[in-house]
Amino acid sequence: MKRKSRPVSILMAEDDPDDCMLVEEAFRESCLGNDLFFVHDGEELLQCLRQQGRYAAPAFAPRPGLILLDLNMPRKDGLEALEEIKADPHLRHTPVVVLTTSQTEEDVLRTYDLGVAGFITKPVTFEGLVEVVKAFGQYWFEIVELPNGGRVKSFSRNNSARRSSG
Amino acid sequence: MFETVQPAIFLMAENDPDDRLLVKEAFQESRVVNNLHFVEDGVELLDYLRQQGKYANPENFPTPDLILLDPNMPRKDGREALEEIKADPLLRHLPVVVLTTSKTEEDILRSYDIGAASFITKPVTFEALVEAVKGLGKYGVQIVRLPSKDT
Repeated sequence: MKRKSRPVSILMAEDDPDDCMLVEEAFRESCLGNDLFFVHDGEELLQCLRQQGRYAAPAFAPRPGLILLDLNMPRKDGLEALEEIKADPHLRHTPVVVLTTSQTEEDVLRTYDLGVAGFITKPVTFEGLVEVVKAFGQYWFEIVELPNGGRVKSFSRNNSARRSSG
Repeated sequence: MFETVQPAIFLMAENDPDDRLLVKEAFQESRVVNNLHFVEDGVELLDYLRQQGKYANPENFPTPDLILLDPNMPRKDGREALEEIKADPLLRHLPVVVLTTSKTEEDILRSYDIGAASFITKPVTFEALVEAVKGLGKYGVQIVRLPSKDT
């Protein structure tokens, strides 16, 4: 088991509010107590990462250790956002994991080509999502080293882990 | 919920023969369904991926689904090889997981900056290595979709 330092915030870009809620519940069910923040399109994602606009005040802009990214979003979709993140020397070290309904080989290839750290097709059942989140947590927080020394926080019912953008 | 996957092909670039053996045994112990191939330095790694030199036969040396890379290798070190892979439009989609004894913040950050998909510090015990390989197998093969070989 790894010695870790400070807990990792996860920033999730997802336009569907039901999916946001499901992922939040899956994190709780998996006992992953990391702060989970949501943005709802690619523009918001980049603004948040760059601490611009309404994210200019540090209190409202998490510095995520890891990004979960849906591909199909309005304004700026996931592929565009991923491309921008990986082209930005200040942002590109942050691992991005795609979590999407898309299953096309083309999307898979394109995201890896752009530098994604993993591509996960959203499971169709909640149980499936919990299994994915558990394995995701085990891999990213127990096995892998994240840049800037992140770690998992074990979930305590007293934590208010529920956050949302804006 | 886990789809049946074809055995994934792992390619590990590792110059230390003891470490190669340990990882091979850890894969066997963890029952990660896979084919595990080795190269011993950065030059061999790029030759393998480009199917050049002694690696020209793709049947014997299939394109990997995932690369495990130790940055500390002779001839062409892992950092250089990673940079080359991520700069090559024909290779950059291949996920590379750094597996190394180093755990300096600088090495971690630089690996991600160059384009590593993940960074794993080599566990000190065999049991922990088996756990890491199990976790890598479960996440990297069962949960995550890897880019298709057929592109």
